[in-house]
Amino acid sequence: MIRSENLTRRFGGLLAVDGVSLTLERGRLHAVIGPNGAGKSTLINLLSGELPPTAGRILFDGQDIARWPAWKRGQAGIGRTFQHSNAMRDMSVLENTRLAVQARSGIGLFRSAQNPRLIQSALAALHRTGLTGAAKAEAGTLSHGQARLLEIAMALAGAPSVLLLDEPLAGLGPEETAPIVALLRDLARDHAVLLVEHDMDVVFAVAAIVTVMDEGRVLATGDPHAIRTSAAVRDAYLGQGA
Amino acid sequence: MIVASRTGQALLGVAALAIASMPFWASSWHMQLVSTALVGALLALSLQLLVGGTGLVSLGQAGFFGLGAYTVYLLGSPPVWIALPAAMAAAGAAALLTGTLALRTRGFFFLMTSLAFGQMMFFAFHDTGLGGGSDGQFIARPFLGFALSRQNRPAALLLANLTVLTIVYAALCWLMGTAFGHALQGIRSNENRMAAMGHNVQRLKLAAFVLSGALAGLAGHMSVLTDGFVNPGLLDWHRSAEALLMILLGGIGALHGPILGAFALTAVQEAGSLLTDRPRLIEGAVFLAAVLFLRHGLAGRRR
Repeated sequence: MIRSENLTRRFGGLLAVDGVSLTLERGRLHAVIGPNGAGKSTLINLLSGELPPTAGRILFDGQDIARWPAWKRGQAGIGRTFQHSNAMRDMSVLENTRLAVQARSGIGLFRSAQNPRLIQSALAALHRTGLTGAAKAEAGTLSHGQARLLEIAMALAGAPSVLLLDEPLAGLGPEETAPIVALLRDLARDHAVLLVEHDMDVVFAVAAIVTVMDEGRVLATGDPHAIRTSAAVRDAYLGQGA
Repeated sequence: MIVASRTGQALLGVAALAIASMPFWASSWHMQLVSTALVGALLALSLQLLVGGTGLVSLGQAGFFGLGAYTVYLLGSPPVWIALPAAMAAAGAAALLTGTLALRTRGFFFLMTSLAFGQMMFFAFHDTGLGGGSDGQFIARPFLGFALSRQNRPAALLLANLTVLTIVYAALCWLMGTAFGHALQGIRSNENRMAAMGHNVQRLKLAAFVLSGALAGLAGHMSVLTDGFVNPGLLDWHRSAEALLMILLGGIGALHGPILGAFALTAVQEAGSLLTDRPRLIEGAVFLAAVLFLRHGLAGRRR
């Protein structure tokens, strides 16, 4: 569905992402793990178009989109969340989500923004993430947990085919994590999902395939069991905490 | 951005009716003063589409205003149904050209780039043969469709300015409620997120910039109609700054803010020159007070 080939991003002397090739498939949750500074967020920024790559290709439905600006990739159906909540803070939760729907709705720009089709789709995304009760709240006033949910709701509302999730669970307690884990499983059924996450229990519970990154490079890719038992991975990363 | 509440719109309507009734009770001088405020409100309202509407703070709005005015002069004051669309088209085309370049920058750099383009337009008419020189020119006013005598002119122009401002305000109220208007608001709030979701932010900003420029050109046309002369001062950046001050005074968060601000500023300027020899001093004090004590301007904040 979306594939990176030899994707590379250099910041001055630092190779933040170094020749990363991976393939995301519809119906599969692909987790990327690695220590801080491994290049996981940069990888998401390269795939979503926030950053242009220094080298390499990104193939999406057969086209190389590596030079496309972010908006065009969003328009094409690549949705993302941000590690640090990044909503329109002075707007309501519903309006944030409605704008996400509007971007890909194909609805005329001079039609009313209160178009029932837009509102319905936005409410559906809020329902799916459990934010219905907060629809009227200003995004800037949400609790941390709700703000994380809004990130997912906004990505979801655009009805993307690819979802790039940058640490959706960061800073959440166990009781807040459980429903999101269920949601991630649900989303993986009909999206190509890339999940960057630090919580190993979550990663091994939801991922169909895991890529381990370190210092910008792919250390290993495989199913969760293979990754968990790989000696190289254990040394480089899992060993530190486990 | 806040579109006025029902009560607010009713109050604006009452104010408009009061202005419309001025020919029955006010002097020519007062009607001319209100006409000046209405033209200023139209210019500030065009700028509010960028500032409050899209989050683009521009200091080049007077360039489009003056270009609209000079279009009328350069065409030799054709009838209003030619002069008005021509002024809007010329200013809109200039906005398309400069906006394409200026909108590649953001924030402070956009402000400075817009200022630079505004000044380039100023110097196209200042001290050149293009627009009748630095001192400007008196021009025949465009034909309104009926004869204007010296006696009925202030009243007719007052009503013309009021009508145009009302139509533009109503159109912008509608526009801000459309998908386009909401997208502009999203850009004002968080441009990067809007792009990530798939909104073509550059094109939306350019559309707002061109529309805003065309409306400033319309204000320039009304200015020529009202005052009967053009001079390079119409394009001076002081006028751009004054339009920004009107927005600040009236309320950056409300569509009707610049209208309130234009009337307040005109009143402050008149009162200032009646009371002292240094009206700018009074103006400055009023703005200081507005910034310190009226963060949301005269329009205030709903809720």
